[in-house]
Amino acid sequence: MKILVCCGSGLGSSFMIQMNIEKVLKELNIEAEVDHSDLSSAMGMKSDIYVGTRDIASELTNLGGQVISLNNMIDKKELKEKLTEALTKISSK
Amino acid sequence: MLKLILDILSVPAILVGLIAMVGLLLQKKNASDVLKGTIKTILGFLILGGGAGIVVAALGNFGNMFEQGFGVAGVVPNNEAIVALALKTYGTQTALIMAFGMLANIMIARFTKLKYIFLTGHHTLYMACMIAAILVAGGMKGVALVVVGSILLGFVMAIFPAIAQPTMRKITGTNDVGFAHFGTLGYVFSAFIGKLVGKGSKSTEEMNFPKGLSFLRDTSVAISLTMGILYIIVAIACGPEFVQSKLSGGQNFIVFSMIQAITFAGGVYIILAGVRLILAEIVPAFIGISERMVPGAIPALDCPVVYPYAPNAVLVGFLSSFLGGIVGMILLVLIGRTISVPIILPGVVPHFFCGATAGVFGNATGGRRGAFWGAFAQGILITFLPVLLMPTLGNLGYANTTFSDSDFSLVGIILGNILKIFAH
Repeated sequence: MKILVCCGSGLGSSFMIQMNIEKVLKELNIEAEVDHSDLSSAMGMKSDIYVGTRDIASELTNLGGQVISLNNMIDKKELKEKLTEALTKISSK
Repeated sequence: MLKLILDILSVPAILVGLIAMVGLLLQKKNASDVLKGTIKTILGFLILGGGAGIVVAALGNFGNMFEQGFGVAGVVPNNEAIVALALKTYGTQTALIMAFGMLANIMIARFTKLKYIFLTGHHTLYMACMIAAILVAGGMKGVALVVVGSILLGFVMAIFPAIAQPTMRKITGTNDVGFAHFGTLGYVFSAFIGKLVGKGSKSTEEMNFPKGLSFLRDTSVAISLTMGILYIIVAIACGPEFVQSKLSGGQNFIVFSMIQAITFAGGVYIILAGVRLILAEIVPAFIGISERMVPGAIPALDCPVVYPYAPNAVLVGFLSSFLGGIVGMILLVLIGRTISVPIILPGVVPHFFCGATAGVFGNATGGRRGAFWGAFAQGILITFLPVLLMPTLGNLGYANTTFSDSDFSLVGIILGNILKIFAH
């Protein structure tokens, strides 16, 4: 399982979201490889789930994975819900 | 032996690696994680240097063409480019100021009412680098430089989020999250303009905005396109003969310009990859320590934290800030007829991130009119500030690039001019 978080230059906010995802995954007791990058690099980093805030999430479709679009970068509850949803979708495939 | 230790510590890449190692040990990571993290951090620093070489070569050609075509110096502000360039000279000082500055930030948050922990690691690195360059240009060195630089950085990291917080509360509706991006002066200015012009203006989010422009959110694509346009304009201004005989070795001047522009974007891409590796270990350590040491800390986050609150304002802000940059550049050309000034060109990265954020801040206080005019004013501001900043940067002030975001200029101009008084 690979999860990639993206933002404009792949430095600040994607990294913060990545750390939140790692916390949530720990709570859910799920093992996954989480990384962060800029949009250009995302194309070459095959992942099962792509995560971005809603202003850039449209750029993540067509990459071949589930896309999680976040309305709020700091809301861990929203993150947990959407992450669980994406994970069930993948496991039911 | 002492000489050997000093030699090791004076290699910035190793120093940054050691800082990461301390951070990893403090987090009680196992031996393999410590080794891996330390090596990757050193790797990041070396990659960054490689990117600098590429950016400098591409910018050098741009600078030559601009001077030939217009007879003045043309400057494309870009934080990544100037920092990568500066780290070649001020690497050791920057690494030390960054490490101790982060500790100073934690101390300030622990013992004063400024509870903000500045979590935008790349801006911490860039600010540390700029402070190092200005202190060296002002004649400081050794321990004094690191002590003064670190305390300054610590305060800068705590004060700017505090300045942004009133508008942040308005945007996010909570006081739980702070704002950490060194364009604060521009954002607060935008919010102020928004308040002036925006009475009764509807929010940008109540209008339909074309989605087709969102591909510009891809930084590398946006840099390639805008730099391509700038290179081609400049190439035409200085003429095909000059380019083909002096720079391109006979290659067609338009082809040469396109390749140089995308090479520049490639250099920035490499620098960003290096910065990402450097921060990967240092930022989590910083968060870990601050969470333990500072009860009631407010984490201050990078500018995209506000983007989801107003995605339309993000695009309006980018476009109008860029427009402000073009108007500002034309004003500089007119001013340049009477006094000698460098021409600051609209660099796409600052207008992109700072403009977008200014748009969101302006929208929060003044709706769509606020977003437009606030970001426009921000665009003019970040065109004029570097003109005042560059003379304080010493040798670095003669590069074809400089720091772009407003707070770097603000801190640099104040600090540089204070040091000037002491120097004489």
